[in-house]
Parts: sequence; C-alpha cells; structure tokens
Amino acid sequence: MSTPRYSRVGRPRPTGSRADLYAWYAVRLTSLMLFVLALSHFTVTHFVFDPGEQGAEWVKQARWSSVALRVLDWAMLMTVLVHAFLGMRTVLQDYLPARLRRIGLAALYLLALVLFALGTQVVVSLPGLA
Amino acid sequence: MGRGAPVAGPKVGLRSYFAYRGGEGMVAWAFHRLSGIGVWAFFILHIVDIWLIGANPEAYDFLGAIYASPPGRVMETLLGAALFYHALNGMRIVVMDFWPALTAYHRQLWRAVWVTFFLFGIPGAYIILKPIWEVAR
Repeated sequence: MSTPRYSRVGRPRPTGSRADLYAWYAVRLTSLMLFVLALSHFTVTHFVFDPGEQGAEWVKQARWSSVALRVLDWAMLMTVLVHAFLGMRTVLQDYLPARLRRIGLAALYLLALVLFALGTQVVVSLPGLA
Repeated sequence: MGRGAPVAGPKVGLRSYFAYRGGEGMVAWAFHRLSGIGVWAFFILHIVDIWLIGANPEAYDFLGAIYASPPGRVMETLLGAALFYHALNGMRIVVMDFWPALTAYHRQLWRAVWVTFFLFGIPGAYIILKPIWEVAR
C-alpha cells in the first residue's frame, strides 16, 4: 500500500519508519484520553472553580488532598507529555532544516524529561495528603 | 513537508503563503497546528507553576493572581479556545483516520466542529470573563 502524497485528513499513517508509526498511533490514542481528561480538567479549573480561588494552600488542602486525585492528575500529566511532545516532534521534523534536526529533537526530549521530573516531584512530595 | 506550505514552483513568492488554495482542509490543519503549539507552550508554563506550589508557594500565588486578573482572563479564554478547537478538530481527524470513508464528509465534520465550538465556547467565555466587569462595577 503506498502512502498518499496529500490528504485532507490528518497526517497520513506513516509507512517508512516503525518509530513514526508508533508515534502516529500514540498521538491518536492519547487524543481520545485527553478529549475527556483535558476538557474536564479545564471545566473544573475554570468553570467549577474560579482561578481566583485556587491558591497554594487550597491546592494542598483540597485539590490534592487524596491519593486518587493526585494519581488522576499525574496520569493526565503523562498523557499530555506523550501527546504534546510527539506532536511537537512532528512540527520540528516539518520545519527544522536537516542539520538542526538531531539537536532540535534532543532538546525537545530533554525538555519533556525535565517537565516529567518537575511534575512528578510536586505531585509526590507536596504535603497535604489527608 | 507541511501541507499548508505552497507547492514549490519557479515564482512562489511570499504572497502565496497567504493565498487561499487548500480549502477547509488547509485552514483546519493550520488552526490545528497553531492551537497545538499554543497549548503546548502553556503546558510548559503550567507544569512550572504547579511545581512552584511546592518550591515557592508565594510565587505560585503571585502567578495565580495574574491568571485571575482581567488580562489573565482574556488569555485564559484564548487558551480555552485553542484547547477546545484542537480537541474538537482532533476528534474529526481521528474519525477520518480510522474510518477513511468519512473523509468524503470532511467539510460537514469541520462545520460541526465550529458549531460545537461556539455552542459551548460562547457561554464558556462569558463565565471566564464575567468577573472583569463585575469587579469594574
């Protein structure tokens, strides 16, 4: 089966590289999860509660008072990391000139790793678990 | 190569980047990419601000006050719009990627994206922005 050159749909399913194919599936799978997770997260943080009432103390004592709520937010963090950084990988592959591609993608993955560390650290270590 | 880019030719100038040549599919793609990059940028900020709750709670509350200020609320509305468009059009892409026959209806699907976008987006924007004029009063 040959890959069509143009598509009015999303990026055509990659056929050349295993990594590209897995990334293609991962972006779509995580998109289904995030449609629920990210939109309900935005609903809770902007419509159920107002940004003006979500200070640091409130996050410790209410928002992250249970292990379940922390696991949910951490799971969403992991899903977003996969989706957003694989998406940006595609963007960089499209626009970076060949000589900058390796270093650019390495910097992108490093940034993802840093965010993974920061997010995991705060969700695990923040005091306030009931 | 991005599908929004002009077809290479001998006389492709800057103007052709803005020419309307791809129909709805091209605009849907361009908005999808722009909104995706925008939400990605906010996501980086958002991990850092949540990390500050542990590292420096005062800095987090300072940032939170900016988010809740009138300019912050305008930015939140734009963030919500980018997130919501990306989510809705993303479902359109998934539908067509896994059921290619539905690609024949890509225009109708795109219109459905916009109807849903404004149906929920206008009341949503109103709720986020409302405190601006309530405080001003």
